[in-house]
Amino acid sequence: MNSQTTAAAPRAIDWRASITGGALILLALVIAFLLDSPWDSVSTFKISRPRDVWVVGHLTLPSQWFTTIAAVVLAFLGTRLFLKGGGRWTTLSLAVALVILAMAFLVWATAGKSISLTGMLQATVVRAVPIALAALGGILCERVGVINIAIEGMLLAGAFAGALFGSLMGGWAGIICAMLIGGVFGLLLAVLVITYRVDQIIAGVVINLFVLGLTSYVSSQVFAEFRWLNKATPFRAFKIPVLGDIPLVGPVLFNQNLFVYGALILVTLSTYYLFHTRFGLRARAVGEHPRAADTLGIDVIKTRYAHVIAAGMVAGFGGAWFTLGSVGRFDENMTFGRGFIGLAAMIFGRWHPLGALAAALIFGFADSLQQKLSILNTPIPSEFLSMAPYIATIVVVAGLVGQARPPAAIGKPYVKD
Amino acid sequence: MNIEIRGISKRFGPVQANQDIDLDIRAGEVLGLLGENGAGKSTLMNVLSGLYRPDSGDIIIDGTAVSFDGPGDSIAAGIGMVHQHFMLVPVFSVVENVILGVEPTGAADYLDLDAARAQVQQINDSYGMEVPSDALIEDLPVGIQQRVEILKVLFRSADVLILDEPTAVLTPQEVEAFFGIVRALRDAGKAIVFITHKLHEILEIADRVSVLRQGRIVGNGVPSEFSEADLAEMMVGRPVSFSVGREAATPGQPVLELADVSLLDAGLEARLQSISMTVRAGEIVGVAGVQGNGQTELVEAITGLASVNAGRVTFNGIDITATSVRQRHRMGIAHIPEDRLKSGMVAGFTVAENMVLNRYYDERVARGVVIDWSRAEEQAAAACLKFDVRTPSVFLGAGSLSGGNQQKMVVARELERDVRLVVASQPTRGVDVGSIEFIHQQLMACRDAGNAVLIISSELDEILDLSDRIYVMFEGRVTAEFDNQDSCADRNAIGLAMAGVNRTEAA
Repeated sequence: MNSQTTAAAPRAIDWRASITGGALILLALVIAFLLDSPWDSVSTFKISRPRDVWVVGHLTLPSQWFTTIAAVVLAFLGTRLFLKGGGRWTTLSLAVALVILAMAFLVWATAGKSISLTGMLQATVVRAVPIALAALGGILCERVGVINIAIEGMLLAGAFAGALFGSLMGGWAGIICAMLIGGVFGLLLAVLVITYRVDQIIAGVVINLFVLGLTSYVSSQVFAEFRWLNKATPFRAFKIPVLGDIPLVGPVLFNQNLFVYGALILVTLSTYYLFHTRFGLRARAVGEHPRAADTLGIDVIKTRYAHVIAAGMVAGFGGAWFTLGSVGRFDENMTFGRGFIGLAAMIFGRWHPLGALAAALIFGFADSLQQKLSILNTPIPSEFLSMAPYIATIVVVAGLVGQARPPAAIGKPYVKD
Repeated sequence: MNIEIRGISKRFGPVQANQDIDLDIRAGEVLGLLGENGAGKSTLMNVLSGLYRPDSGDIIIDGTAVSFDGPGDSIAAGIGMVHQHFMLVPVFSVVENVILGVEPTGAADYLDLDAARAQVQQINDSYGMEVPSDALIEDLPVGIQQRVEILKVLFRSADVLILDEPTAVLTPQEVEAFFGIVRALRDAGKAIVFITHKLHEILEIADRVSVLRQGRIVGNGVPSEFSEADLAEMMVGRPVSFSVGREAATPGQPVLELADVSLLDAGLEARLQSISMTVRAGEIVGVAGVQGNGQTELVEAITGLASVNAGRVTFNGIDITATSVRQRHRMGIAHIPEDRLKSGMVAGFTVAENMVLNRYYDERVARGVVIDWSRAEEQAAAACLKFDVRTPSVFLGAGSLSGGNQQKMVVARELERDVRLVVASQPTRGVDVGSIEFIHQQLMACRDAGNAVLIISSELDEILDLSDRIYVMFEGRVTAEFDNQDSCADRNAIGLAMAGVNRTEAA
């Protein structure tokens, strides 16, 4: 037919991998040139604490050596992505690079000083909890095809309800009320987007603004005057016997408060539910191809309602963390966008509870890192440091554009004809 | 299981979709249900599958009258429907799709996939379906996906299978394999209703045939008593000529040339890979292939709706690779889009408004920035007459026309001007037989007037009837080229090329 030379098929240029690679190379340069410390300085990480049963020695790292090696590894990952494209390794490379970057920062900031590694990881887990719970709420919604921008508002409502009812009736009642209030906002979202088919983004934004306005008003007008309404007793950490005594792992995982255990249990349960049970399978079918589910006798509307309400309750529980899990007091807009970060974690974790938990831990680490770095007196202004979790969000979401695949029916109301 | 349908009528507003229909569905038999688009086949089957309630009439299963309140009742009664558009979750595995809704479970609601897999495998083996039970649906070819639909129905232990236009998406070879499965099902005692508008399929597979026209049963019988012409006459209501009466083409200069054209989608997947083809003046070139193998993208590349990532598109010797859609249109490229409701017309506009969509800006109807509606309406009325668009008035909403008249309106708009190249994509999809004949004649007339015509169709018969030359596309490549001057291109070889079996025949 044609004897001319066949042109080679065009090589698909993987822009995402190239951009991510370029960014990593840039970060490597930053580490190599800006994070300077004397060659003989040492960063000390304390693992055991004074009253531990088993004592482990300190971990010491030569600061400059560590940052140099980190820069080299980062540059290698970046170059590889830039030149060869990442394919399915892009996400993993990005995650590894973020962890290395954070470690390099930490080692540099600690040069010549010492820091408690255990305390930092403990803080990481604690700070990952609201993000993981927000992500879980997002997953429950989006797996059935409903976008839940309102997670932020649900967190805030949970935090508010936790403080108010926790002050009135005690911590457990506070948690239950937080979950109920979260569920009510879930129901509201469900009515708006499922029954009345309001645009899902708009409905979510409306709920966020409503909750923000309402809680801010009450806290400035009512709580300011009746302080006893906003003075709950937070849940304390309790150590799980034996497991809690393991060095490093014990304090990080087994000596925490109710919310940490709750989040871990919920993540496990929802993984089992979504991927190993009959109703989980049906839920996912509703999020992917509602019409197919409908023809097989699965009630799309009911399934969506149930999951959106459950998501609201999970988010309400996550919101209670802000008050009952830490200070016991509600402040205006105290969730600071953690709900949105949770949605980023959901995407980064590819709509899988375990993935979302891992992503939440990265954000939690960024969060606790900025806290530690500001204590360590680094030359970076604290305002910049407190941007860390948000910068991590932007990098992660930008690095994933076009790659993560959400449930197919997301954002579309189901209309039976 | 036997089903008797007695006196079923169903009306939608002014449209009598089914009127007084009697039908017998018997175990161990394939009932062919033949009818044109809009004859009422789908309505009847939706009544049977519980989606619609009939206005009057009875469904009698094994001697007992039943009434269905929803699809659930019909499934419980043993009736399974295989929809024309598959109802499968693309990211689920075969087993997950099959069991969805009737999942075997253990303690704590645990999905017992092993038990399900064994059961699916058993059904698989007994009808020779060879479906890999753990593959994801999105990785499977359409023909296998269809078998998954059948598995789904059988898993729910259906005794009656309704197959709605099952061969529309299959290559000729896949159709053969599919018929094998249908026969195996019939021999196992299942009752099968085979809905189609393809006559030769009825003659090949059906044990009995019923013909529907305008909501009524107009004929019943055993296929061997009928010829294709008899069936066609029953279906359409008048004698139909099958061949277009094509004279030998006298191809002239190349009008359209594609050289190594490649196109990537948003996810960087190649949709077109190094496509090279030529369409000369005075010939009709057909592009055959199973839907979704790059035909849509090919049309977009030629008409300018998508910009190509590599290669060159030439029109009358001029490089138009970077030329805008409107420029190409004005150079004389006419485009009949594959989906008229999506991209061929505006259903909410009147006929006249639809007719100016490609000329509202130029001297034919525009005076400066104002549209001269009286001229536009005159032109529309004239074009309607010339192209047999049957509408009481050009002020009628285009959405209320029949599919055939809508399509003829689109054809009229595109061809009622000086064209050099016609790109017709699925030109007769969802159109009645009379309009099909008319549109085919128009395309032939275009060729005979010395223009180049490119027809993209998933109906192989249409391609074989009209084309002087045939390209076959598979997964974004041209896998073969056939000469069809005397309408005798090898159907079988085309089928193989459609399935990606590489065997290029020199033109």
